[in-house]
Amino acid sequence: MRRSSGPPPPRVHVLTTQDLAPLATGEVKKVATRQAYGEALLELGSQHQDIVVLDADLSGSTKTGMFAKAHPDRFINCGVAEANMAGTAAGLACTGRKAFMSSFAMFAAGKAWEQLRQSVCVPDLDVKVCASHAGLTVGEDGKSHQMLEDITLMRVLPNMKVLVPADAVEAREAVRVAYETPGPVYVRLSRASTPVVFGEEYRLELGKGALLREGSDVCIAACGVEVAEALGAAEQLAAAGIEARVINLASIDPIDEDLIVDSAQRCGAILTAEEHQIRGGLGDAVAQVVVRRCPVPMDLAGMDGEFGQTGTASQLLAHYGLDAASLAARAEALIQRKGN
Amino acid sequence: MALTRDRVDALRATAREVREDIVRMVHAAACGHPGGPLGMADFMTTLFLEHLDLTPENRHAEDRDRFVLGNGHTCAGYYALLAQKGLLDREQLLTFRKMGSPLQGHPHRNLELGIDFSTGSLGNGLSVAAGMALGAKMSGWSSRIYCASSDGESQEGQIWEAATSAAHWGLSNLTVIVDFNDIQIDGRMRDVMDVRDLRAKYAAFGWHAVEIDGHDVVAIDHALCEAKAETERPSAIVARTTIGKGVSFMEDQSSWHGVAPNDEQLAQALEDLAAAAS
Ligand SMILES: Cc1ncc(C[n+]2csc(CCOP(=O)(O)OP(=O)(O)O)c2C)c(N)n1
Repeated sequence: MRRSSGPPPPRVHVLTTQDLAPLATGEVKKVATRQAYGEALLELGSQHQDIVVLDADLSGSTKTGMFAKAHPDRFINCGVAEANMAGTAAGLACTGRKAFMSSFAMFAAGKAWEQLRQSVCVPDLDVKVCASHAGLTVGEDGKSHQMLEDITLMRVLPNMKVLVPADAVEAREAVRVAYETPGPVYVRLSRASTPVVFGEEYRLELGKGALLREGSDVCIAACGVEVAEALGAAEQLAAAGIEARVINLASIDPIDEDLIVDSAQRCGAILTAEEHQIRGGLGDAVAQVVVRRCPVPMDLAGMDGEFGQTGTASQLLAHYGLDAASLAARAEALIQRKGN
Repeated sequence: MALTRDRVDALRATAREVREDIVRMVHAAACGHPGGPLGMADFMTTLFLEHLDLTPENRHAEDRDRFVLGNGHTCAGYYALLAQKGLLDREQLLTFRKMGSPLQGHPHRNLELGIDFSTGSLGNGLSVAAGMALGAKMSGWSSRIYCASSDGESQEGQIWEAATSAAHWGLSNLTVIVDFNDIQIDGRMRDVMDVRDLRAKYAAFGWHAVEIDGHDVVAIDHALCEAKAETERPSAIVARTTIGKGVSFMEDQSSWHGVAPNDEQLAQALEDLAAAAS
């Protein structure tokens, strides 16, 4: 790899061991990120009177119900009318409030996209779209509910920041970051309970990724539920004598370019993993940095231009090559493509 | 032509079988939506057995009747009725929501099984049904297009865009049946977001609109016959129903919108349904 003389060496946000929950001990706690969202919103909403919360008849599922119960005067149920909800949130933001709006990702990002573009992103308003039940892991509801295009739809919008927390700790942090960051923010949350990766001390920073496991043979860059799978893949690779670096890119827009460049330089190959279409998703965001700043072989694990189907979350992850074993196999194949 | 006493009894018996299938399917899947389809079973059975011209023989014919389940989450009852009509095996119903099954958690278009359209995202169905009705008119087909919708779905703005256009295009071959049970996920519809008088709304949009007891098969049949006789306007039938109808502990409970019964609850549900038969 050619080391360029120009740009400064990348600054990498390295986690201390305290930041990581003891994944290896086998005592892995599983919590859904939507649950953490509900709890964080309740806590933050009790501290800050400028928070209003909107939902579209899914407050039990998205977990905004906890806030609704504590602060009924600041909770607005819009009924099954997501486009109207986005417009209403924009209007509320114009009255000096920070509006958190929730529904399933399919409907928050899908049905309300044009309203989010025209009425939220163009005027750059304080609307925080916290969308649950994203990705394949919504499971049995099937393709109509498996939102696999929201990262693309959101990151393409100017002014929209996009966060995809990996676990409950990071989800709680994402809610704080969404509140503290001016303008529109999209937070992608899951239905399924997933392993807690981070320790309580962990702090998420907008535009910063996190190095979760060091290695130099290949880098696996993941977001959301795929982070735990990537860590599992790294375990399996280690058993075969391959050291994989695992990085978490919860902040997809803005993205941590320095961490990506550093990973490319150190590992010489990057595999991305997301429960989302690879077109326009995390893989695409990483590839844009790689082609511009540090060309190395890449592979993109995710949905490759197809819709999902009914099944359990784990059946679906395995079927579409997004479980730890599939990622490990894919990383091994990618290593073969590295230049010497 | 009014239903004979025997037909009424037969429809009620089929509706009960459909209800049994619904609770069995959702129980076997360990997830899904029992409440809505239990409430819809009477009007869906009447529509499917007395009116909808869809058979294993004509399923691939373009000019047959079509059906769009706008409130796609209620598909357990829809699949059970497709089985009643011989379009799929009754045993197949227990693959509902399982990996590899054509009986997806929300309907996915599959003409082999008579599933005319993919739904699940509320608000989309009526526009598609209107498009089908428009296309059928353009082709000179005698087919009728039926769409199921719900009070909750009526909160979606797109429903009213479809309502405007269907009347504008004079789609007399289109009928929507609205499952009005005053329940949605977050509770009572009138508390969450009151859609108010849907009959009056559809009428104001230029539709032939009636409101009926959605559990009275005679009234349902009569309303569907009237809709067929309409020559100018699309028809809306607002069917007053009780969510969970027939299963004592599910009736009028929003909590049964989208959870599966456990083993004991299944047994109780089947007992309730059997008791109603005798
Ligand atoms: C666009 C969209 N938003 C939200 C949902 C989630 N959802 C599924 S059913 C439902 C409630 C719909 O109300 P209704 O059809 O009246 O419910 P039921 O009577 O069957 O309980 C909601 C919000 C959805 N499927 N589609």
